[in-house]
Amino acid sequence: MRNLPGFWIPKDVSWEKFTKQGTQGTMFARGLKRKSAEDGEDVEGGLAGAQAMPSYSLQRQSLLDMSLVKLQLCHMLVEPNLCRSVLIANTVRQIQEEMAQDGTWRVVAPQAAGRAPLDRLVSTDILCRSVREQEGERPAPDAGDGHTPDLVPGLATVPSAQALRNPQSSLWEVDSSRENRGGFQKSLDQIFETLENKTSGSVEELFADVDSSYYDLDAVLTGMVGSTQSGHGSGLQAFSPATAAPPSSSCRSDLGELDHAVEILVET
Amino acid sequence: MSDSSVSLADIISTVEFNYSGDLLATGDKGGRVVIFQREQENKSRPHSRGEYNVYSTFQSHEPEFDYLKSLEIEEKINKIRWLPQQNAAHFLLSTNDKTIKLWKISERDKRAEGYNLKDEDGRLRDPFRITALRVPKLKPMDLMVEASPRRIFANAHTYHINSISVNSDHETYLSADDLRINLWHLEITDRSFNIVDIKPVNMEELTEVITAAEFHPHQCNVFVYSSSKGTVRLCDMRSSALCDRHSKFFEEPEDPSSRSFFSEIISSISDVKFSHSGRYMMTRDYLSVKVWDLNMESRPVETHQVHEYLRSKLCSLYENDCIFDKFECCWSGSDSAIMTGSYNNFFRMFDRNTRRDVTLEASRENSKPRASLKPRKVCTGGKRKKDEISVDSLDFNKKILHTAWHPAENIIAVAATNNLYIFQDKVN
Repeated sequence: MRNLPGFWIPKDVSWEKFTKQGTQGTMFARGLKRKSAEDGEDVEGGLAGAQAMPSYSLQRQSLLDMSLVKLQLCHMLVEPNLCRSVLIANTVRQIQEEMAQDGTWRVVAPQAAGRAPLDRLVSTDILCRSVREQEGERPAPDAGDGHTPDLVPGLATVPSAQALRNPQSSLWEVDSSRENRGGFQKSLDQIFETLENKTSGSVEELFADVDSSYYDLDAVLTGMVGSTQSGHGSGLQAFSPATAAPPSSSCRSDLGELDHAVEILVET
Repeated sequence: MSDSSVSLADIISTVEFNYSGDLLATGDKGGRVVIFQREQENKSRPHSRGEYNVYSTFQSHEPEFDYLKSLEIEEKINKIRWLPQQNAAHFLLSTNDKTIKLWKISERDKRAEGYNLKDEDGRLRDPFRITALRVPKLKPMDLMVEASPRRIFANAHTYHINSISVNSDHETYLSADDLRINLWHLEITDRSFNIVDIKPVNMEELTEVITAAEFHPHQCNVFVYSSSKGTVRLCDMRSSALCDRHSKFFEEPEDPSSRSFFSEIISSISDVKFSHSGRYMMTRDYLSVKVWDLNMESRPVETHQVHEYLRSKLCSLYENDCIFDKFECCWSGSDSAIMTGSYNNFFRMFDRNTRRDVTLEASRENSKPRASLKPRKVCTGGKRKKDEISVDSLDFNKKILHTAWHPAENIIAVAATNNLYIFQDKVN
C-alpha cells in the first residue's frame, strides 16, 4: 500500500496483514502489557507471510490508526452513537498517554505556535486536519488571522440545546482557545466540539485540494466510499427552517438543490 | 432462519412482557410494535396452552428528518415499557431516539346497531324521515384490537434516549439519554424535570456517558443509572431536585493483570436491571453479568462469565465494532435465575442457587416444537469435541441482544435478529 497524504500505515504492517491478524485474534492477547523488548514476538495462530509479529509499538500504532479511522467515519445520515465515539476517543487518549510516557510521543507545549512532531504525530494530525479541511472552513472573513477552522459538519454530530436555541450565532462562533494545542489533543478535542456545535461549512472549497485517491484508500480499507460527500450540504441545512416533512430516500438528492439555494440566500 | 437477506426494518430491537405475562410486546427497527397474547387454557386443545399469538400490530414511530442538523431520526424502537393494568385497556410506553409515546391498546368486540340518526352504513338519516325511536342494540363482532397514541412526550432529549422506566407510583416515569435523565408525569407532555445531567460545560471534556437507567421496583424515590465507565450510581430523588450527586456508587476495582487498551470499552455497562425483590441489581458489561447487593458498593456479589473466550479476540471485535454491541439481561420471576444473550444466536442462563449455567441456541434448525433445547458448548482451544463449536466459527452477525423472562412462569422470549423465539419449561 502506498503512503498517501493524510493517511499513514505502519511501514511493516500492511493493512491486509493487520486485518488477518485481527481475525485470528492474536494481536492484543489478553493481558498484553508494555514489553521492553518487543521485536520478533512469537505468536500463536501464525501469519500468512514469513514476517515476524510486529512489535508492540507497531501494534499500538495500528490500533491508534484504526481508532482514528473509526472516529472519522461519522459521515452518516443518522447521528452516530455518542457512547461509541466516547469509548473510542478514550482509547485513543489512553494510547496517546502511553506513547507520551514512552517518549515516542513528544508532547508539544500549548504555547508553541508551530508544531514539529515526529513522523507518527504528523500522520495522525494530518489525518484529522485534512478531514476537517475537507469538511469546510468558516467562510467568515475574520478567519484570516490564522484561527483554525471551527467545527466540522458531518462528523459526529450531537445536537446541543444551545445550538438549537441560537443556531446562527453558535455556528459562526470561533473558539480561539482551541488553536495551537498539541497536535493530537487538538484533533480529539475538535472531534468532540462537533458533538457540541454544528457549524456550517462552505461547500465550494470542500474537496478542492483533496487528493481523490484518498477516497479510494478509504473505500478499500473501510468499505465506505468517501463519506465526506454526505457532509457537504449538511452545514447549510442549519439555515433552513425546521419542518416536519417525512424523510424519503430521495432526501439526500434533494439536499443538493436545497444546498445551492440556501447558499445563495446566505451569501447575499 | 433462511440465508436470504433480512429486511433491516424487521430487526427486533426490544422485547418486554407486561406485568401479568399475558402480553409480550416487541419493537423493531422499522418503528413497529407487535404485541403477542397468550392463549387461554383450553381443555379441548391442551397443546395450545401458553402459545403466544399476534394480538396487535401498529406503527409506533415514523422516521423523521432533523433539518437543523441534516440528520435522520431513526424510527427504531429502543425500548418498550408496560404500565400496570388499571382497567380493561392496556398501556405501554414506546420510545425511539427522541420521542416517547404512550399507547393505549383496547379491545372492541361489540358493535352498536340500530342508531336513530344514521343508517347502518353510517350515512346520516334525514331527520324528517325518522318516525320512531329505537334503542341501539349491542351485537357481538369480531374482536378488534385498536392501538391509539394517547400522549406524545417530545423535545426533551438532545441526545439519544437509551432507557425508559415506569415508577412504582404508576404516575411518573424516567427517560434517559447519553447525558441526561428526565422525569415525566404520565399526564403531562409539555414539561419534564431534568434530574441528572452529566454533560460537561466543555464538551471536549466528555469522557463518560449514561448507558441505562431504571427506577427501583418498590421505592419510588430511588433510581439507578449506569455509565460507559462501568459504574452504577444510585440516586435518591428526595435528597435534591437535581440528582447529580449520587447516594451510592457501585464500581468494582479493576483487575490490573487483565488490563489492556480495551479494558474500558468492555467494562462499559450495557444494561442494568433491579431484581424483582428490589434487593439486588444486575449489570451487563461486554463479557460478564454481575449481581450487586444494593447494600454493598465495593464489588458485586456474583460475577457470571458470558463468553470469556472472546477476551483474546477483543482486537478483531473492536475492528468490526462488535465490541460496542449492547446486550441486555433479565431476571426470572423469582430472581433465582438470570439470562443474557451472546453471539451465534446463543443465549446464556445462570441459576443463582445451583450455580449452574447453560448455553442454548435460538435457531429454527434446533427448535422443533415441544422438543427440548440442547445445551451448546463453545470450544475454546485444543481438540474440538463433537457437537462443540469453535470460537472462530461463531457467527458474530447473529447476536441476541434482547431477551425477556415471564414475570411469574418459566417462559422466555428471545429475539434473534428478526425472529422471535418463545421457550417454556416443560410441564409434565
